[in-house]
Formats: sequence, structure tokens, C-alpha cells
Amino acid sequence: MTDLVIIGGGPAGMSAALAAYESGIRDILILERDAALGGILQQCIHNGFGLHKFGQELTGPEYAWKYEKRVHELGIPYKLNTMVLDITYNKVITATNAEDGMFEIKAKAIILAMGCRERPKGALNIAGTRPAGIYSAGTAQKLVNIEGYMPGKNVVILGSGDIGLIMARRMTLEGAKVQAVCELMPYSGGLARNIEQCLNDFNIPLKLSHTVIEIHGKERLSGVTIAKVDDRRKPIMSTAEYIPCDTLLLSVGLIPENELSKSADIELSSVTGGAVVDQDRQTSVSGIFACGNVLHVHDLVDFVSDEAEIAGKCAAEYINGEKCSNISVNLKTDGRIRYTVPQRITQKKDITVYFRVSDVFRNVRINIKNGDKTVFSKKKNKVAPGEMESIQLKAELLDGVSELNLELEEV
Amino acid sequence: MYDVVIIGAGVVGGMLARTLSAYDLKICILEKENDVAMGASKANSGIVHAGFDAKENSLKAKLNVRGAELMPQIAEELGVKYKNNGSLVVGFNDEDVKTIKELYDRGCKNGVRRLRIIDQDELHELEPNISDKAICALHAPTGAIICPYELTIAAIGNAMDNGAELKLNFEVKKIQEHDGYWEIASDKDTVMSHYVVNAAGQYSDAVAKIIGDNSFTVHPRKGEYILLDKECGGLVSHTVFRTPTAMGKGILVSPTVDGNLLVGPTSEDISDKDETSTTIEGFRKLFDADTVKNIPFNKTITSFCGLRSVGSTGDFIISSIKRGFISAGGIESPGLSASPAIAEEIIDMLGVHGLVLCKKNDYNPYRRTAHWFREASVAAKNATIAQNHAYGRVICRCETVTEGEIIEAIHTNPGARDLDGIKRRTRAQMGRCQGGFCMPAIMRILSRELDIPYESISKSGGGSDVICGRTKETL
Ligand SMILES: Cc1cc2nc3c(=O)[nH]c(=O)nc-3n(C[C@H](O)[C@H](O)[C@H](O)COP(=O)(O)OP(=O)(O)OC[C@H]3O[C@@H](n4cnc5c(N)ncnc54)[C@H](O)[C@@H]3O)c2cc1C
Repeated sequence: MTDLVIIGGGPAGMSAALAAYESGIRDILILERDAALGGILQQCIHNGFGLHKFGQELTGPEYAWKYEKRVHELGIPYKLNTMVLDITYNKVITATNAEDGMFEIKAKAIILAMGCRERPKGALNIAGTRPAGIYSAGTAQKLVNIEGYMPGKNVVILGSGDIGLIMARRMTLEGAKVQAVCELMPYSGGLARNIEQCLNDFNIPLKLSHTVIEIHGKERLSGVTIAKVDDRRKPIMSTAEYIPCDTLLLSVGLIPENELSKSADIELSSVTGGAVVDQDRQTSVSGIFACGNVLHVHDLVDFVSDEAEIAGKCAAEYINGEKCSNISVNLKTDGRIRYTVPQRITQKKDITVYFRVSDVFRNVRINIKNGDKTVFSKKKNKVAPGEMESIQLKAELLDGVSELNLELEEV
Repeated sequence: MYDVVIIGAGVVGGMLARTLSAYDLKICILEKENDVAMGASKANSGIVHAGFDAKENSLKAKLNVRGAELMPQIAEELGVKYKNNGSLVVGFNDEDVKTIKELYDRGCKNGVRRLRIIDQDELHELEPNISDKAICALHAPTGAIICPYELTIAAIGNAMDNGAELKLNFEVKKIQEHDGYWEIASDKDTVMSHYVVNAAGQYSDAVAKIIGDNSFTVHPRKGEYILLDKECGGLVSHTVFRTPTAMGKGILVSPTVDGNLLVGPTSEDISDKDETSTTIEGFRKLFDADTVKNIPFNKTITSFCGLRSVGSTGDFIISSIKRGFISAGGIESPGLSASPAIAEEIIDMLGVHGLVLCKKNDYNPYRRTAHWFREASVAAKNATIAQNHAYGRVICRCETVTEGEIIEAIHTNPGARDLDGIKRRTRAQMGRCQGGFCMPAIMRILSRELDIPYESISKSGGGSDVICGRTKETL
């Protein structure tokens, strides 16, 4: 029996481990499928990480190293090249690696920190051929930054997620020509600062309300046809335009990797793709916690670390038998606010509620309602789907309620 | 000098090579692509048809029924997944009812066993997700599913284990007749053989023409498909066909042996023999598939297109105009189902042409299944991992494929040489992320095992390079 098993050794897994350690837990094991700790940050060699957490502009590997160094210093055990194959409701973990073969571990508590994966091309049903030269942006990032190879020289990017924006700049710096970033929606899904620093600074056009409708080329990609879409996101054929290129990068969304959570019968949210959690980041299965991109996709790693610290600390409380619940409040949203994390509150205390909106809105109020009564309201100048927002929920608002509604009001 | 050269490493050429490899013969398969199963045998419905479709007394009917009979044992010997899931031809109106009766009669004449017509209630009991508007169906319990490229790869692998040779990237361009043998050449290479079988699929007419055989032509008919996530594989358990009409055979919905759900094919005559793109109109037709309720198209993982080889006679063409040279053309559906019987038919003809067939006593019909590791018990897996650590390193996370299995796919006949070859043999890169995570790692393994530079790894041979050089080279 191990006290705490953490699945995933990226920023979420490491922060959670450190927080649990600081809360007194010593019997910890991190399982990581990659050959090193650090997760996706290993390939994010650009800067901009750590502004909130450390007040510094760090690169991904530098940010990860701050945590990894602590893991080494404290001697927190971890196994690399180790793939978790299954977890059960009873917190039995099955994993495999080269040295131990397939093995089982029973844990008192588990923290899920498996991260997310990119949505692949197949899911988009783009017509045309199936040549080489089409990669998700993250795969291209790995090829360039880790492997040291260029996927191509003449690039179109579909989707304006942050990795796509970062790769637009990266490919340009490596001498490739990035012709355009096409975004299906009328707004970008990426951070405003990335649009500025990765596209505008390099004169790369961002074509909003555009998509790729056809792929050309038999062996290697030779071009794509793009078109404007109407407000129902259907391509307008008269606007079709052929762009010759040898590479198409896709940055069309990230999906939390929850196959293992399903095997443990954890309740998942159809909106976030991650587990439904309480303020402690505990899932519907007691003693199993989740944090980082496996819970919901974050745009800044700083918030991942914050979230993982909560999960680590609360998993420690759970292991020590200190976790208590005294209330049950569900947080509901109105659709304009797509989701909140947490979705459920079981303890009366001050809580930061994170949320994302479904569209770009200006001059809005975020209202929290108990029935018809607005119990809290906060003004925001602009909210966008690409940027995670948060509000502070005071403990006293939780008195005697079973449901609170988060609503977005345009003023 | 070979005894038999087979042009084309599709399921027809592959099944022939395997059947011939039981005899004391020197056999060589010539294939123009960088891998086997790159033509119609890669992209089709994977249905082992029961045999009620083809006109009575046609070669199609005879070989389909015989081939389908042979298939379970062949699949067993080759370790290929085969599932006898049964098929349903679903009817919606009076016209369909009439057609279903005709299909039933035809099936009986063709020798299909256990066919029956079932009513709406039984249909919905068998398949709860079938359209509420369906009123009856032809039920063919002998219908089955198989993975067509897995079968082709395994057949050719088994033939090679029994001594057959395979030459890839060998596009037959010239064939010269000599006294008692043939000289077959690509731009780079020449082989000689006493007998030649043309199993070049879509290009079988072009190959026949080289020796002056203009007796048939083959044209491509597109079939587009959408493949859905394994989550959806349980939507139906049978292969569900629409009743054929004057407009065509309609779109089928079927589970695959790997547990995905397949929707397709469309049907469109074209002229370009290499045109396998998917189209917006094609998707539209597939989205309209109406035999099954609520197909979750948002769970699509990929789409693809195959080309049927439609022959000029309407039937399979297995013919010869010169001694020692046999052509198999127009092998459209049910060519996959019929392939074992097509092999027998061709071998009979080769015998008539004078090929001496002597059984080898060391012929081994068995091939270790490509998924032996995946299917092994935990204890057996651990024993393997202890011996060879590569089986403990998971490379493809979505489908849980280990480095050991990838290395095996490279070194087992017929070895994979490119990314798609690894995908078809191991399922690595075929899962939810479609290779997003594991592609660079697989490139490293290919590069190391084949001792070729990382830069030269391709998606599927030819000019399908994955990368264009090192970073900083472009600057
Ligand atoms: C859309 C679709 C759906 C189908 N569904 C089914 C089904 O459900 N059940 C069923 O039983 N059948 C089905 N079929 C039919 C089945 O796929 C074919 O009958 C079968 O795959 C034909 O095999 P083949 O070996 O003749 O052709 P191919 O697999 O096309 O092989 C021919 C090979 O020859 C090579 N070649 C060509 N020219 C040369 C040259 N000059 N030199 C060297 N090599 C050359 C090609 O590269 C290719 O590899 C379907 C077909 C299609 C297209």
C-alpha cells in the first residue's frame, strides 16, 4: 500500500507531489510515461511561464526545473518510462515499464495529472488526400524543439490555439514561411499576448472565420484550399482560395486525457472533458483527485501549479483522515459561462472559482445568484474563451444553499 | 529464374503467393509501392460476404461462396482477427421487400447457408439501434468481418516464411516473352520467371496490355468511408446493409474487428486510377446514412477512400491469352471474400498451363498472430518483458503498443519500412491522437532498426517525407 500515487510527472503532478510532501506525506510515488519529468513543458522552449507564480519570464524547461529540483532535493520517488494502464474505483493502479514489467500498486489516494492531448485531423473531416506533411502543432513543436528537425518550410496553420500561435513564430524563426493562421471562430482561442507576440510581430495574417476545406497532394502535402465560413460555421464556397504549402499544422483544440478516469468510473464533465470536482479537486470517487490539464485545459501553467497545490494538500488531508465535508453546493452555469472548476463545493470556506466563457463579451458583470437573488457581482471589461477567469467566493455565501448560479450579464 | 512471379501485393496476389508457397516452387511477388496492401486491399469494407449478392452462376458467386467458406480456417492459421458477426440487408418499403426476396432466392441458389428473412420485431431485437422505419431484413448469419490489410500482410508474411520473395518499389513496366520464360522489368531491376500472374488490381488492364492483352479494361469506382472511435463500435453488432436499388448498393454500417464503427462506402465512377481523396459531397452522403439511428459522427477518428476495380465484363476476369501468363482483373467486391478461392482458381489454370505442383513437406501454414503480446496473460507479458525490455516500453499510448511490438513489425515478414506500415501492423498511431505523441519516437525506432537516417523516414514511401531537414538548415 502506497499513501499517494500521482499519475503524470508534468507541472501538475510535481506541484501536487510537493504540496503533499509539505503537508507531511512521505510515501509518495510519481508515475510518468515519458523519459523525463516536466511533461509538455520540456518542449515549450519559449518564455512567458511563471509571471504569476514567480514574477519572472521563464521558459518551459526553466519553470519545470524549479519543481523538478525540489522533487530531487526532497527525494520524492518517481518512476519514468512507466505507463499506467488502468486504475480502479478501489484505487488499484496497473502500470508497466521495462524494469518491473506489469505491476499493481494499491494507493490510499491518487492524484490524476495526465495532461491533455491535441485533437487530431481525422476528427475534423477535412476532404481531400492523406499525404505526409500534416501534423498537430504539438507534434511539430516536438520535432523542432526536441528532435531538431523541420517538418516543412511553407506552412499553413489551422486553429489559433496557443500551441499553434507559438509554432507560427517558432517556424518563422527557423526560416519557414508561415502563410496564414486560419481560425474557424470569429475570435481566437489563444491568449491575446500570443496573438500580439507570435503573429502580429511577424506579420502573419490571422484569418478569423476561415477554415481548411480541402487537402491536396499525393505523397507530400502540396496545398490547401481555405474558405470563409458563415455564422453557422459552414464554408462559403465562393470564397475558396488555394494556398500552396508543404505543411499544415493543426491547433484545433486540446482534450483532457481521461481514459484512465473512465476505467475508475469517475464522473466526467461533458463540457471540460475532465472530472467533476469539488473545491479540493476531489473527483466523484473519494480519494481520487485531479489537477492540471487532465481536469480542464489551462492557458497558463501558473494556474496549473496553483490547482495542483490544492489537490496535493487536500489529498494529504484525505490520507490523514482530516478531510471533512459539511455542505453540498452545486455550481451551475448559464451557457455563456461554459463551466466552472470546481463544479461542487462540500466545505464551507473561501474558494476561488475558475471559469471560461463561450464567446468574446465586453462590459459584462459576472453574477452569482441564489435563486433569483444576486449574492455577488463583479464587473469585467472584456472576457474571451481563450483566457481563464476567476472570482472569489466568500464562505458566508455558502450558508444554507444547495445551488448557486454563475451568470454573465452584458451591461 | 523463378517458377512464378506475381505482380501486385494485394490480397489476390498475397493469397495466391501463400497458397503457392505450399508447393515446391520459387516464387516472387513484385509490388510497386513501399509496402504490401497499398491498393484496394488497404481501403475497403472488410466484409466477408455471405455470397447472396453476386448473380447465380457468375465467377463472383462461385468464388465468393467458396472463399468465405475457406476464410475462417485461413484467418485462424494466419492469426488474423475474424469475426462471424452476421449481416443484415435492411428493407424500408415494398420495393425493398421484393429485392430482399430476390436476394434470398439468389443466395440459396449460390449455396449460402442459413439465410432467412426476418420481420421488424426480430430485426429490432437483433439490432436495437436500427432505424425505426426499417420493416424487414435479410439475415445472413454466415456473414463476417475481417481486417483486409491485416489479412494481406499475414498472407504475404506466411508466404515469405515459406520461401517466397517480395520485391517492393518494383513497378512492372516491361514484360518480354522468351522461349519458356518471361522477363519482367521495372526501371531499375529485372526478374525472370516461367510463369507470371498479373494481380495488379486497378492496373491489371495496364499490365495485361504490356503483353498485348487488350481483352479487358478496369476502371476505378471511388468508395469513401468514415471510421468512428471505438466508443461507437457497439452501436450495431451485425454488418448492416441497405437494400440495393437501381441507384446502387447504398451505405453500410458495420463494426470492425478492432471494435471501431465503419460507415461507407460511397460510390462514384472516376477515371484517375490513383485518385483516393475524400470529398465534401462524399461526407454529406455518409452523414445521410439512415439504416442506423443516431450515428455519432462527432466521434470520427479518420476518413479514407478506396478504389474498386470495376472490370469491363461485370464479372471477375481470370483469363489468359498467352501460355504461362494469367491475369486477374476486375476483382471488385467481393474480391476480399473470394481471394482464397481466386487463388485456387488461378492455381488450377497454372496447372493447365503446365506448372508442376509438388507439395513441400516443410510447409508451415501458421504465422504467429501479430497481436500475440497484446493478448498474452500478465504472467506471459512479464516473462517477455524480463527477456526483452522493449516490451515494457509503451510507445503508442492510445493503443498501448510497445517498442517490442514495433521492432517486431519491422523485422517480421513482410517488414514495415515506413510510418503507415507500422500503423497497419501494430495499430500504433491509429488511436485517438492519431500519432501526435508517438510519431517522432516511431521514426527513431525505424531509423535505428533499418539503419537509415531519421530524415529519410517517410509516411508511406515515395515522396511522402515526414521532415525536410535539420533545424537551422533553412536559415
Ligand atoms: C470501397 C471498396 C469496398 C470493398 N468492400 C469489400 C468487402 O467488403 N468485401 C470484399 O470481399 N471485397 C470488398 N472490396 C473488394 C476488395 O477490396 C478487392 O476485391 C481486393 O482488395 C482486390 O485485391 P487485389 O489484390 O486484386 O487488388 P489490390 O489490393 O489493389 O492490389 C493490387 C496491387 O498491385 C500493385 N500494382 C499495380 N500495378 C503494378 C505494377 N505495374 N507493378 C507492380 N505492382 C503493381 C498495386 O500497387 C497493388 O498493391 C471492396 C473494394 C473497395 C474499393
